[in-house]
Amino acid sequence: MLLLCLDSSAAASVAVVDTTEQQPQILARWETQDTRSHAEVLTPAVEQVMAEAWVTAQELNGVLVGTGPGPFTGLRAGLATARTLGFAWGLPVHGMCSLDAVANDVAALPDSERPTEFVVATDARRREVYSAVYRTERDGGEAIHAVLVSGPSVGPAAELPDLPAYGRGAGLYAQDLPQAVLMPVPGAVQENAPTEWQPNAASLGLAAAGVVNSGGELSTKTSPLYLRESDAKVPGPRKKATA
Amino acid sequence: MTQMKPQIPDVTNPLVLGIETSCDETGVGIVRGRTLLANTVSSSMDEHVRFGGVIPEIASRAHLEAFVPTLQQALETAGVTLEEVDAIAVTAGPGLAGALMVGVSAAKALALATGKPLYAINHLVAHVSVGLLERDGSDVAAELITDDGDLVPGLGAVLVSGGHTEILRVGDLADDVQLLGATIDDAAGEAYDKVARLLELSYPGGPAIDHAARGGDPAAFKFPRGLSNAKYMGTVESPGKHRYDFSFSGLKTAVARVVEAYEAAGETVPVAEIAASFQESVVDVITRKAVLAATENNITTLLLGGGVAANSRLRELLAERCAAHGIRLVVPPLSLCTDNGAMVAALGARLVSRGVGASSLEFTADPGLPVTAVSVP
Repeated sequence: MLLLCLDSSAAASVAVVDTTEQQPQILARWETQDTRSHAEVLTPAVEQVMAEAWVTAQELNGVLVGTGPGPFTGLRAGLATARTLGFAWGLPVHGMCSLDAVANDVAALPDSERPTEFVVATDARRREVYSAVYRTERDGGEAIHAVLVSGPSVGPAAELPDLPAYGRGAGLYAQDLPQAVLMPVPGAVQENAPTEWQPNAASLGLAAAGVVNSGGELSTKTSPLYLRESDAKVPGPRKKATA
Repeated sequence: MTQMKPQIPDVTNPLVLGIETSCDETGVGIVRGRTLLANTVSSSMDEHVRFGGVIPEIASRAHLEAFVPTLQQALETAGVTLEEVDAIAVTAGPGLAGALMVGVSAAKALALATGKPLYAINHLVAHVSVGLLERDGSDVAAELITDDGDLVPGLGAVLVSGGHTEILRVGDLADDVQLLGATIDDAAGEAYDKVARLLELSYPGGPAIDHAARGGDPAAFKFPRGLSNAKYMGTVESPGKHRYDFSFSGLKTAVARVVEAYEAAGETVPVAEIAASFQESVVDVITRKAVLAATENNITTLLLGGGVAANSRLRELLAERCAAHGIRLVVPPLSLCTDNGAMVAALGARLVSRGVGASSLEFTADPGLPVTAVSVP
């Protein structure tokens, strides 16, 4: 099936992915590293990516959106965009944890470089990371999948389990993560160092293809994974002057 | 990136869908020309009560969850489909950044998905535009449009809410709006919320204080009238820097001092007297300056907008002072004074009818959008 994929949990990205079982493929993709312009760029990017993929809304089978975790305002821009497109086009909107995108890139590493268990960490700001632990698993055939073990959660990088660590959050706090994978891996889908990897829509779409092609179903839950409450504190009783 | 702007619909009575998410109300309104078809609002106010004020992050989260259901309900109420809509309008600012971005993201997606032109519009000018609307065949307020479709000459507006306190001169809704005065610190509604907390009244503070003030003596305490002395006011010939501006933070502090003095003396705080005196101070300065700005700027029709338009004393005193100066006062129904999508749609329809170009899908939400920017290119 054809999925329009969006992720705005870190950088903003859009892709059209064909999940076909024989050979899932990315028909077109767009990414920005700017983390502060999601509300401006996402819809123009959808228009551009669909044009590049030669895909119309009628040909799409659904919209897939990364539900975070990620900084709130940018995350909402992606979710509002995806939900509204789905509503207007009459398409189902599927939600998937954004960290699954990076996990899918790890699962796609060459055999010699692929860990059996690993952690994905992204920048949660405030000296913390969003993270989840995955293990790699071979399904009935040749395909390797990343399967969630625990998470997602938010906290200091130093509290993560001692496992190979991927993602920009691992790069930011490499001193706390002895197994941060710092060097680019030949044959990886992302050419830069794994400690720079960010969730992106194309990888999220391929992760969704993995779910569908191994007989699973995509979730229609698109609730954001905020993992933190708003900072607002309920004001305490007012100080009173006393005689 | 190349992007084709959709064609501006060539219609005199365009069907426009308006989206509002600048504060704590998720609003979707639908109008056909000047006719109001739907005004659906979902408010997160209840979630802010325990904080005694609007928490931007909580408001933004609520917008995301409320948006599609609100849109769906507005379409059902109006009995129209997205395909029939001629244009989409959305509040681009001013407002809370995170809240604005939910509506802006959704509006862009809606515009792309439907192929309709998108108008990114000014929230404050939209508050005035609501006065154009007709519901069930009659004007919602009073006639603001002449028979040939022009805005009545000499139109002004005073907008009073939890986020705004402004006086505007409106030459033309499409391209001639001037900010005459505004608060330099707290909005009036915000001052109400803070004083309500001081007096241990409920949130929102406006209705709570309005209610508590009944039976209180408005002259019991002489609270300050912000920016009202000669230094700030100047004269007609040589206006001071803040002739039409407001300040409410000093008033809030003055109330706090009075409350503290009673508590320190171990006496019961006279809530009704303080509420009435505080309210009189706010309402006196707003109405005095609004009428002054009107008379000095050839404003003969004044529209009152914003949530504080619900305040009984504000309506009463403004009506009295406008009448004394020969100014026609227009107060739309309260459901159209508070933030809503219908006002956004109303301004959008006006811009479409006037042939104003649509916005690009790349436009940026602007929390501080000035009133001179009626729409964003």
